[in-house]
Amino acid sequence: MYVLGQQLVNGLVLGATYGLIAVGYTMVYGIIGMINFAHGDVYMLSAYLTAIALAVLSYWGLHSPWLLIVISLLFAMALTSLIGVVIERLAYRPLRKANRLAPLISAIGVSLILQNYVQLSQGARNQGVPTLIDGAFRFGNEQHFFQVTYNQLLIVVVAFFSMLGLNLLVSYTALGRACRATQQDREMAQILGIPADRVIAAVFAMGAAMAAVAGVLITLNYGSFDFSIGFVTGIKAFTAAVLGGIGSLPGAMLGGILLGLAESLFSGFVNSDYKDVFAFALLVSILIFRPSGLLGKPVVEKV
Amino acid sequence: MKQNFGKRLLGALAAGFVTLILCGPISGIRLDGYEFESQFKIPLLFAAAVTLLRLLSDFIPWERVQADSGELQPGPERFGALSRTAFALAIFLVAASLPLMGSKYLLSISIVALIYVLLGLGLNVVVGFAGLLDLGFVGFFAVGAYGYALGAKYLGLGFWGALPAAALTAGLFGAILGFPVLRMHGDYLAIVTLGFGEIIRLVLNNWLDFTGGPNGVDAPPPTFLGWEFKRSATQGGTPFHEVFHLDYSPLYLDSFVYLALLSVVGLSIYGVSRLRRMPIGRAWEALREDEIACRSLGLNHVAIKLSAFSIGASIGGLAGVFFAAYQGFVSPVSFTFFESALVLAIVVLGGMGSLVGVVLAALFLTLLPELLREFSDYRILVFGIAMVLIMIWRPRGLIRMRRPYFPQEGA
Amino acid sequence: MASHTQALSRDPELLRVEQLSVRFGGIVALNKVNFTVQPGTITALIGPNGAGKTTAFNCITGFYKAHEGAIWLRDRDGQPQDMVQLQKGYFGGTHRVARAGIARTFQNIRLFSEMSVLENLLVAQHQLLNRNIISGIFQLPRFRASEAGALETARYWLKEVDLESSANLLAGSLPYGSQRRLEIARAMCTKPRLICLDEPAAGLNPRETEELAKLIQKLRGTHQVTVMVIEHDMSLVMGISDHVVVLNYGEVIASGPPDAVQKDPKVLSAYLGTEDEG
Repeated sequence: MYVLGQQLVNGLVLGATYGLIAVGYTMVYGIIGMINFAHGDVYMLSAYLTAIALAVLSYWGLHSPWLLIVISLLFAMALTSLIGVVIERLAYRPLRKANRLAPLISAIGVSLILQNYVQLSQGARNQGVPTLIDGAFRFGNEQHFFQVTYNQLLIVVVAFFSMLGLNLLVSYTALGRACRATQQDREMAQILGIPADRVIAAVFAMGAAMAAVAGVLITLNYGSFDFSIGFVTGIKAFTAAVLGGIGSLPGAMLGGILLGLAESLFSGFVNSDYKDVFAFALLVSILIFRPSGLLGKPVVEKV
Repeated sequence: MKQNFGKRLLGALAAGFVTLILCGPISGIRLDGYEFESQFKIPLLFAAAVTLLRLLSDFIPWERVQADSGELQPGPERFGALSRTAFALAIFLVAASLPLMGSKYLLSISIVALIYVLLGLGLNVVVGFAGLLDLGFVGFFAVGAYGYALGAKYLGLGFWGALPAAALTAGLFGAILGFPVLRMHGDYLAIVTLGFGEIIRLVLNNWLDFTGGPNGVDAPPPTFLGWEFKRSATQGGTPFHEVFHLDYSPLYLDSFVYLALLSVVGLSIYGVSRLRRMPIGRAWEALREDEIACRSLGLNHVAIKLSAFSIGASIGGLAGVFFAAYQGFVSPVSFTFFESALVLAIVVLGGMGSLVGVVLAALFLTLLPELLREFSDYRILVFGIAMVLIMIWRPRGLIRMRRPYFPQEGA
Repeated sequence: MASHTQALSRDPELLRVEQLSVRFGGIVALNKVNFTVQPGTITALIGPNGAGKTTAFNCITGFYKAHEGAIWLRDRDGQPQDMVQLQKGYFGGTHRVARAGIARTFQNIRLFSEMSVLENLLVAQHQLLNRNIISGIFQLPRFRASEAGALETARYWLKEVDLESSANLLAGSLPYGSQRRLEIARAMCTKPRLICLDEPAAGLNPRETEELAKLIQKLRGTHQVTVMVIEHDMSLVMGISDHVVVLNYGEVIASGPPDAVQKDPKVLSAYLGTEDEG
């Protein structure tokens, strides 16, 4: 019982971070129909940025955990957004009119560049951050209990409010309207005076910022990371996006949480060695049997 | 379109400034435990380089760089069939005489390069001809390599038995994995194949009892007609040097692997170039161009994709056998997604569909880091940059595929 | 089913569309459409935009699955075969409809643009060629004969559509009018019994349209192929077709010889609009 409770908590926390990263995949796919393969590495960059911000801030004598978290969060979000925009500008925008495979291949190239750049700059070894928030709520007795650490709580709360904020942004602001219009019909939106290129750049910025939120939260929680973490996490977040229905924001969050729960339960009750196999098998099965996901619309083939 | 110098300078400085912001933290602050050391020279250098490049970019003849955009119509062959065969044979003979140089180092990098040539040829069928982006190609490489190692361990399969067996198994794997996924389009297919590739690797890594897990499994050195190429026979044959009364040399084994590999590469090149001029190869390309039109002409798109997928996979499987035989050992770390990306880079760089391009790109990408040792850390960075630039400037690769030319009747 | 089969075997028609219905979500694109195509005729399918012409074409050529109804095509032995059934099942699909003898062209030309003109025509003959891998790799006599035959057929059709000099050019580099003609030649290379042309005159100038009319008549006359055509160019339709089927809002509102259809009040109101339409 307590084990189940613990796995559910872990799954929810894991899922919230998958959901945050999935947002970037889903928004980009929704608006330009490409899988931004480098998105997982943008998340990886944000983990490094967090560690760098924490190291520099504490060197400067800042020791309040909350201030450290807030500042490094804002720092990572700002910088990864810029990175997202620059990647789009340099590697994807010139390929807007190319065939479908070209942007994906270019994105794989970007992914290699980011990984190798970080490896060369920061070394191949594991990096870490100190524990800022310690402690947990425990449920149960001395021998049998499950716990929610303050870090986990922070993840769920911050993820929830970031998603809420993003949803409000997309639903109620002029930028959000422009995004949705461009997603529906880019040419028509352009005719109506919406600067499609800028909207697409904004979408990349938003997606990257969300990945940065996830990067900061995960880094604070697990404490260690290296230059290659973007790949598997990225693929899993993409799975979440597809599971929820690619192109759908609530779908990304739902997919993330479902995937997190499924992965956590699988590794807790079936086999933890095969948890990645499970995630990949889930990805493959969803794409084969329900490519439109839970909240997505099926695509009609145009002849 | 040339702006005045002030504006250009401003633009260049802005680019440099963005570079500084982007690279500043990652390059300028090197993490060291929870501490850091700052090295701000590097990001400043980057920023200066970007500013300079941006300024110079106006002087680059872009039309020349993007020469690909113009259409290249098929033309008649410049040389007759006989001289082309003679040329191919000459190249083969020159390549086959490499072991006479007596350098183990040269042999081993050539073997690695040829393995990538084979992988490139296989993936070229799938990506270049059929237009199916397969990101899990390394999975078939793994099937071949493990097929040989495990086949030898459990079934007593020899090298020569393993070659066709691995080609068949990998082809079968391709067909089985391909069957459900080939109905989907473009990038979803890419992700699903990536998923399959990773599943294969993770299973190899986790199935300790059967595959040895992360520790891998030994693969026996290959033999030929019962001759062994070790100092003393271990597999019940006779050592090669004893048969011919030669002194033992550690080069014999590598020379043999190299020659066998070279022959297989030669045969594969011939086979693939024939396929292109056969109905099946034309159908692959047609499918890449327009799937709907293909279906309207009575072509079964699933079957045709499947054939491309499994023929490509078979070639990947062959490469795997050579890899295992040459290394004498296989483990899951050799089959990560990065290998798939590398083979993809070979195909993309060489020119999708172009055989000469793929062979040259494979040789180039594997030999260059060897020749420029000090730059080998930057290998992946260079591949990544090359992939992006090629997609933007020359999406058909550095060497564009030649289309078959049909001379007029009676000509 | 049995009664339809009997009905069909009494009449000589090549194609019979029966009670064909297609819905997209809540929208009824085709509602119980019935019409027939006689062998050796040119049948035009006309109607205002959104009437369901292309949907009907896509059903007949096996791209859309009909929700109800049947599409009977008489096979080479004169037996009717339901095209709707050919799309079903795991091994079913568009390609089986095409192999049954229905070829088509597309409104927005779909050539293999990065392949040469001749290769486009060779791909079309895929089903009719020697596809044995061994035979092809070793260039056995059977394979050479098959390829030579295919080239001959391809060159014959190039001559028919007046593209001989473009044989080795990339299909995508041809001018628009030539691309349209090449697409027709490619469809003909599958040796169809029914060819469906989807707006073949779209984007052509008057002279090219005139040549197209001649070509279509030649397909029917010289090559004994039954032609179905969707077209907005009324002078072309009225000039060449033997039979006209008019669709509006997914239903057949008239069918018959061109001059009769032209005078039909329902057709006139569909095209010119009535009081209740804006």
